[in-house]
Amino acid sequence: MLDATQDARRLPAAPGVGYKAQHFTDLRADPGPVKWLEIHAENYMGDGGRPHAQLRALRPDFAMSVHGVGLSIGGEDPLNTDHLTRLKTLVDWLEPASFSEHLAWSTHGAEFLDDLLPLPYTDATLTRVAEHIDQVQDVLGRQMLLENPSSYLAFEESTMSETEFLSELVRKTGCGMLLDVNNVFISATNLGYTPQGYLDTYPLSAVREIHVGGHAEDADEHGSPLLIDSHGCETADPVWALLEYALALTGPAPVLVEWDNDVPDWATLRAEADRAAQALTAHVSG
Amino acid sequence: MTGMQSLFRTALLDPESAAPAGLQDAQGNPATKRFDVYRNNVTVALTEALRTAFPVLVKLLGDQNFDQLARVFVRAHPPNSPLMMHYGEALPSFLDDFAPLAHIGYLSDVARLELALRKSYHAADPPSFDAARLGAVSPEALMASTFLLAAPVQLVPSRWPLVDIWRFNTVEGADKPRATPQSALITRAAFDPEPHALDPAQAAWLTQVKSGATLAQAQDTACASDPDFDLTTVLSLLIQHNAIADFTTPKE
Repeated sequence: MLDATQDARRLPAAPGVGYKAQHFTDLRADPGPVKWLEIHAENYMGDGGRPHAQLRALRPDFAMSVHGVGLSIGGEDPLNTDHLTRLKTLVDWLEPASFSEHLAWSTHGAEFLDDLLPLPYTDATLTRVAEHIDQVQDVLGRQMLLENPSSYLAFEESTMSETEFLSELVRKTGCGMLLDVNNVFISATNLGYTPQGYLDTYPLSAVREIHVGGHAEDADEHGSPLLIDSHGCETADPVWALLEYALALTGPAPVLVEWDNDVPDWATLRAEADRAAQALTAHVSG
Repeated sequence: MTGMQSLFRTALLDPESAAPAGLQDAQGNPATKRFDVYRNNVTVALTEALRTAFPVLVKLLGDQNFDQLARVFVRAHPPNSPLMMHYGEALPSFLDDFAPLAHIGYLSDVARLELALRKSYHAADPPSFDAARLGAVSPEALMASTFLLAAPVQLVPSRWPLVDIWRFNTVEGADKPRATPQSALITRAAFDPEPHALDPAQAAWLTQVKSGATLAQAQDTACASDPDFDLTTVLSLLIQHNAIADFTTPKE
């Protein structure tokens, strides 16, 4: 288990955005309240060129968060050690303030399925995921943050709740939490519980970062609401409300706006960051 | 528990197979449509990755045809690495054997060119090379030298007018492709890869140089293909576009 108290690296308790290469010029000219950037690790695992040059140019002005989408922490297979090595190479040269990954799986056998897939919550999966987190923290030599997933369905074989599962992982591995309140809202709606009740049992003292982002609305074949984690539009009002509820529990925290599909112009994304800044200010003064 | 992810994977990529058992909604009903969200996510994500990676193929085939091709391809060749920047490496040879599109012979070379452009984009930055070094050695020593090309340099051999086809579909007002074979030399002076047309003799020369032959050996191969082969043209192309990393002259 990792002793996270030895790790002083922290993102600032301010708004950040998911970085997109097309915003490079506009972001630098007018960052607004944005103090840090999150990058998807896998997009920067080439050997050089523009992706690396942009990060080198941005690094003096923005704290960096490396967010992996390909490690398959929840996979039945052992972690891909080649991929872990690539991650270490990136983290070693960029020296980000934070590294995070998802409670999900995406690789099976030799295949990468390019989606964040769900797992049941049992003693067996708990042991395996904890081993994977230990391995990541050992190789990277730092604490990792684990993000709670967005769920569309539940597993009959699960024997514990998601928040029990996450709390046990924090206890066993010393990892931090990346609390995605959009995912909480999506899962709660899809699986019929209250998002506030979920947050009240979340390992809140381990939260080092919060995500907000957009979702799409659909319904299943029984007419029950089915929210989809699309990251393709503005963050919905109830998710902003949930952010304020979460901030009241955690205290000031780094808040990231995620927008990965149909990426808008910088002004639109900046307006979302402004809204995150308001939520942070309201919490401090309120 | 073991095997759940195998069942998941099979059902994700095979629309005919049923969702795995043991998945439910909040009321305990089987989560059939809910599973379809993952199915849809995977197909859409992989198809989108291919659309981004092969814009000229999309243009040549049209959106609908490309999406049909992508659906067949992603099921046969899901990514074998989380590095999506290189996804589609199997597409050129898949196209070579894909009967419905066999009548468009140059498609697989276009796919090879688009893959090579991406490889070049993500390659290590070229070192700065002082071209004056080339002038400082005797012509004899130069011909006995071997060359190391910069990491972003790629060569895509083709018997089609490959670079003309690429340009015609990416550059407004570009000329129609000529009926002449063109291999593509890709260079990257700073960040944006650029394809250049090579005739067969130039392509044969560059293949030799890339594999470590001396300039004299490469010259022989090129002249066998075209007696009028001109070394200066292709050497200045490499110099102009920052394509040389280093060269080694044998000790006397």
